[in-house]
Amino acid sequence: MTTRSWNLARVLRLATLSSGALIFLGPYVWMVSTAMKPREEIFSSSLALIPDRWAAVENFSKVFTRVPMLQLLMNGAIVCAVILVVQVLVALPCAYALAKLRFPGARLMISGIMLGLLVPIHATALPIYVALSGAGVLNTYFALAAPFLISVFAIFLFLQFFRAMPDDLINAARLDGMSEFGIVLRVIVPNAWPAITAFSIFSVVAHWNDLFWPQIVVTETAMAPPPLGLIFFRAAEAGDDYGALMAATVVVTMPLLAAFLLAQRRFIEGITLTGLKG
Amino acid sequence: MDSIALPAGTSSAGALARRSEALAGWRLAGPAVALLSMLILLPTLGVVALSLTDFELGYDGVRFVGLDNYLELLEDRTFLISLANTLTYTLIVTPLSVFLGLGAALLIEAEVRGRALFRAIYFLPVVSLLVAMATVWQYLLHPTIGPVNALLRLVGIDGPNWLGGSDTVLMSLALIGVWQAVGFNMVLFLAGLTAIPRELYAAAEVDRAATAWDRFWLVTWPMLGPTTLFVVTISVINAVKVFETVSTMTQGGPNRASEVLLWTIYQEGFVYLRVGYASAMTVVFLAILMVLMVLQYRALDRRIHYT
Repeated sequence: MTTRSWNLARVLRLATLSSGALIFLGPYVWMVSTAMKPREEIFSSSLALIPDRWAAVENFSKVFTRVPMLQLLMNGAIVCAVILVVQVLVALPCAYALAKLRFPGARLMISGIMLGLLVPIHATALPIYVALSGAGVLNTYFALAAPFLISVFAIFLFLQFFRAMPDDLINAARLDGMSEFGIVLRVIVPNAWPAITAFSIFSVVAHWNDLFWPQIVVTETAMAPPPLGLIFFRAAEAGDDYGALMAATVVVTMPLLAAFLLAQRRFIEGITLTGLKG
Repeated sequence: MDSIALPAGTSSAGALARRSEALAGWRLAGPAVALLSMLILLPTLGVVALSLTDFELGYDGVRFVGLDNYLELLEDRTFLISLANTLTYTLIVTPLSVFLGLGAALLIEAEVRGRALFRAIYFLPVVSLLVAMATVWQYLLHPTIGPVNALLRLVGIDGPNWLGGSDTVLMSLALIGVWQAVGFNMVLFLAGLTAIPRELYAAAEVDRAATAWDRFWLVTWPMLGPTTLFVVTISVINAVKVFETVSTMTQGGPNRASEVLLWTIYQEGFVYLRVGYASAMTVVFLAILMVLMVLQYRALDRRIHYT
């Protein structure tokens, strides 16, 4: 192989990667640019990225005054936090018991979990909706979190992780007179951080971005998480006010994007744990 | 006497220990079992049961109607269009996102510089709020003020009404779906590539594969087989579940041209509240998904054996 052909291959490679990157970044660039532009410049459909007149303050202030944007972000954060905490609290002890204790029914439970992995929220949504509607708790945080309080995926993941953990560690703790619950809390959890972190990222990304379930149980803007709030905002206010709309998309996309850029490796690990969305 | 009492004593102590272990096991797994049955297993049975009734939310009286809902589905034009559209969407998104994901992974793997940067850029759409990015795409693809058509006008092409025309809407949605999925597939392929032993390439070079192209077909492609199978099944499953972009941008329109399964189920069940009928659709959807997921587990199994 000559140096020249190596160079040519490399130039082609970098050119392809870079033009691909431009296409992938394009929407983000336009999102930010349009969020800075006043209405008339957007409608002139010029391709300039830098606005002649800056309208960022105007656009962003619409986002925070016309919809309770802070409330939306708060809703999203609360719901994601509740879901994550309950999922982990329920899954950790269960996975430990299935991995390290022998008791009747354990096998049946594992089959139930494997079966649960096959069922997405879309399949169980109707009966759960009927039940929540019957109980009169639509438009609440509880309704938003309810179907996700159990994550079979979390149990499955922790189960794999715990099976690989040495028994000696646990036996030593038992000899020290620790209860099984104490073992989970003081031996298992500290050793399971990598799995917990990866799962947390997976869970938060899935539920922060989810639209399907919130769109079913929430009809009031005050209870909406960011994706649904964005849809309400567009319907009520910003039909073709693209400046304000893009400003809103910047605001709701930013938290996760910033977290991703800060902890890329962990994010990629967490999200590719499974191929499934939520 | 002692020699008899001793084993009896230990065995009853053993039984006691076993019982306390079982008790601890049940106590630790109990909450999960309760939630699993309440939130997943029972609702799944529930949706099958509801699909055999004419239940509508807000109306009293539920009648058992047997398979009537399913028979109605066979003649429901909207549902059939929806199935066909979902299939078309999946057939566009899967090959493109798998192929581009593999391409990006190969290029990034071969390049020494900027690996992390490119990986991050291609992965951005995966972590971005899809509803927000769909809103951005809707603006980008706007027929008159959208930058995409403005760019096309620069080179003298009159761009179509991407999301507003019934001929182009599904393709536009699919391209956005590809944009969203490539980074994910790329990362899976990158992981698959790192697992290929370097010696194989050296051996291939000694053997007969002189060019990078030969080496790809001799080593990379066969070694990536399990990963590829896994990526393909995942892409199909995710494509079948398309909902956010449709709900945000087109709502099934124009003229049902972007009607897809989850959107149809959502409309029927949660907007028109025809729960029984929507349940039948859900059962069909679940059946499709289950077949795909069983295939995926097979692929996953094989991937684990390989690495």
